[in-house]
Amino acid sequence: MKLFIKKSENKQNSYNSKPERNYGKLLRVSILLISFVAITPLIILTLINYFQYRKTYEADIIYPLTRQTSNLKNNLESFIQERISVLKYISQSYTADELANAKKLSQIYHSLRNSFGGFVDIGIIDKDGIQINYVGPYELLGKNYKTQKWFNNVIFNGIDVSEVFMGFRGFPHFTISVLKTTNTDKHYVIRASISSEILNEKIGSQEIPSYTDLFIVSRNGFLQTDSKLYGKSLDKFPLKLSLFSKRTDILQTFDNHNRTILLSYAFVSNTPFILVEIASAESLMSNWSKNRNQLLLFLIVSIVLIILVVVWGSNRFIRVIKENDIRAARMMHEIEYTNKMASIGRLAAGVSHEINNPLAIINENAGMIQDILQTNEEFPAKDKIFRCINSIYKSVSRCSKITHQLLGFAKRMEPKLEEINLNEFIVEVVSFVHREAYLNNIVINVKNPQYGTITLVSDRGLLQQIFINILNNALEAISESGRIDISYSNIENDCVEIKIADSGKGIPEKDLPHIFEPFYTTKKEYGTGLGLSITYGIVKKLGGEISVESIENVGTTFTIVLPKVSNITGEL
Amino acid sequence: MNRIKVLIVDDEEELASLLAERLNLRSFDSDFAITSVDAIKSIENKLYDVAIIDVRLKGMNGIELMKLIMQIQPQIKVILFTGHGTEEEGRRGLALGASKYIVKPINLENLMLEILGVLEKKG
Repeated sequence: MKLFIKKSENKQNSYNSKPERNYGKLLRVSILLISFVAITPLIILTLINYFQYRKTYEADIIYPLTRQTSNLKNNLESFIQERISVLKYISQSYTADELANAKKLSQIYHSLRNSFGGFVDIGIIDKDGIQINYVGPYELLGKNYKTQKWFNNVIFNGIDVSEVFMGFRGFPHFTISVLKTTNTDKHYVIRASISSEILNEKIGSQEIPSYTDLFIVSRNGFLQTDSKLYGKSLDKFPLKLSLFSKRTDILQTFDNHNRTILLSYAFVSNTPFILVEIASAESLMSNWSKNRNQLLLFLIVSIVLIILVVVWGSNRFIRVIKENDIRAARMMHEIEYTNKMASIGRLAAGVSHEINNPLAIINENAGMIQDILQTNEEFPAKDKIFRCINSIYKSVSRCSKITHQLLGFAKRMEPKLEEINLNEFIVEVVSFVHREAYLNNIVINVKNPQYGTITLVSDRGLLQQIFINILNNALEAISESGRIDISYSNIENDCVEIKIADSGKGIPEKDLPHIFEPFYTTKKEYGTGLGLSITYGIVKKLGGEISVESIENVGTTFTIVLPKVSNITGEL
Repeated sequence: MNRIKVLIVDDEEELASLLAERLNLRSFDSDFAITSVDAIKSIENKLYDVAIIDVRLKGMNGIELMKLIMQIQPQIKVILFTGHGTEEEGRRGLALGASKYIVKPINLENLMLEILGVLEKKG
């Protein structure tokens, strides 16, 4: 059976005029193309999604951060502005003498403390920098501030808000100073100090998420309030904030510990303060990165799934194409084969009719010569002429055999189905060749290992042709002394398997794939090359299969599988 | 001696004449005709035991001729000559009254046996 399949594949190649498709390439192109078409929109969508998510996240994170910074900055600005205004008010409402008066200043100090929180003390400094009046918990009267930067600043600008510093008081505070100008060129500076505690309170009162750090830094880079991450008040702030901006600004950067941070900052106007709010980007973005990872995971899983499905689908698709191609090629071959057979059939019918009459005439002429010779006793070279006549007879008989086979090949009679007892039938067929076998010392063995009777519904004539063709081949293969074993048995699918094995010379391997092809003969002078081809055609017509196995010098076995009820299709 | 009278009808003149001549050499009394018209003329003039007719004749189909001949000489036994592939016509002939059909080419010995066989059946 294997050999038979191989044979039909061989044939298919030789008959298939279409160039073979490159299925590997087709598969690769199909996988690449479908994957590309399927994955590209997915990636684009994911990217769009990614950026949209990102935007949303930024809006969710950055805007609240800057808003909070801005609000607090405004709050601080108005707090300080309020205190500046009240000091300005004092400077304008009281005369220099009143301010220099300790009792009066004490009054002012108390009403100031009652109305505006945060003031620790208040002092009056004359134009030479000497503290001439002071109300507060410290002994600062007579201190000279002449050389201090803030003093020059207030003389020059009229207002000064200092950084937080320890100073003479020994606790962190900052001062607000305003200049009181008089007609007499006798300028005074009113200076009040405010505990930096008030800044801490302001910051502390803000509701901030745990991952943010809110504090104030001076323009000189010192912390003005305590920071969760960057030290205590008056420590040096490790990051540089050099870009002055009137508006609240936000930037993503790395801190001294190499953490990614979102830094929102705002310059508090008229003060050396910069309000800084730092959020750890990692914790802020953790949700985002979780989402991003999910998105990425989804993308990867989708791509993997798509590729799997595409590869699977393409494989299946290409396999179907390939199967269809093979089927089409096989069908093409069958059609070509049938057409070829039909042409041969028509030709053969014509030829054999035309040839039969001349053959008969040759035959009769030879007979006539023989008759004449037999009636004339003395005739030179009589024996030789007889031999020639015999040779003519033999040749005519050979020609006749060929035309007969050709016609058998071309025959288009409708087969007739009948019930055939296979056991009896084989005995009958064997009897046809029995005499020849006997003469050549060949034993024919018939064996039915299952013993029961097997009945076929088939065409007797066609079956006979199959058996006689194969048996004749077997006899010729053995030529002298040997055996032929015929066995038959029921097999599955309501079929019968018949094996005809001979102990003949076998078929060379190179010939095996061709033995069912028409006009393929190894018998040189006397074979027509039609016998097995016809047999093959008949077996096919009866809906069966025929295969051959052969080992040179050991023997040949033909295996025929026939359905018990033949389903005859087409013509021979 | 009662020779068996045979008429051979075949449009291959050489074949028909040779067969007739060779049969005559073997103590048959045989004639041949190459057309159906000749054949009918012969039948009308002489009583034959056996007619050997090619199924494919020019002019008239061998089976039609057989029917005519059998009308003229009902006792006559007809053997039909067919070529390979025209056995079907031979079988049709059998159904229509022919005694035998033989496939060409045939050797003379067999032909004689067939003639004798056909006559034997007649009893």
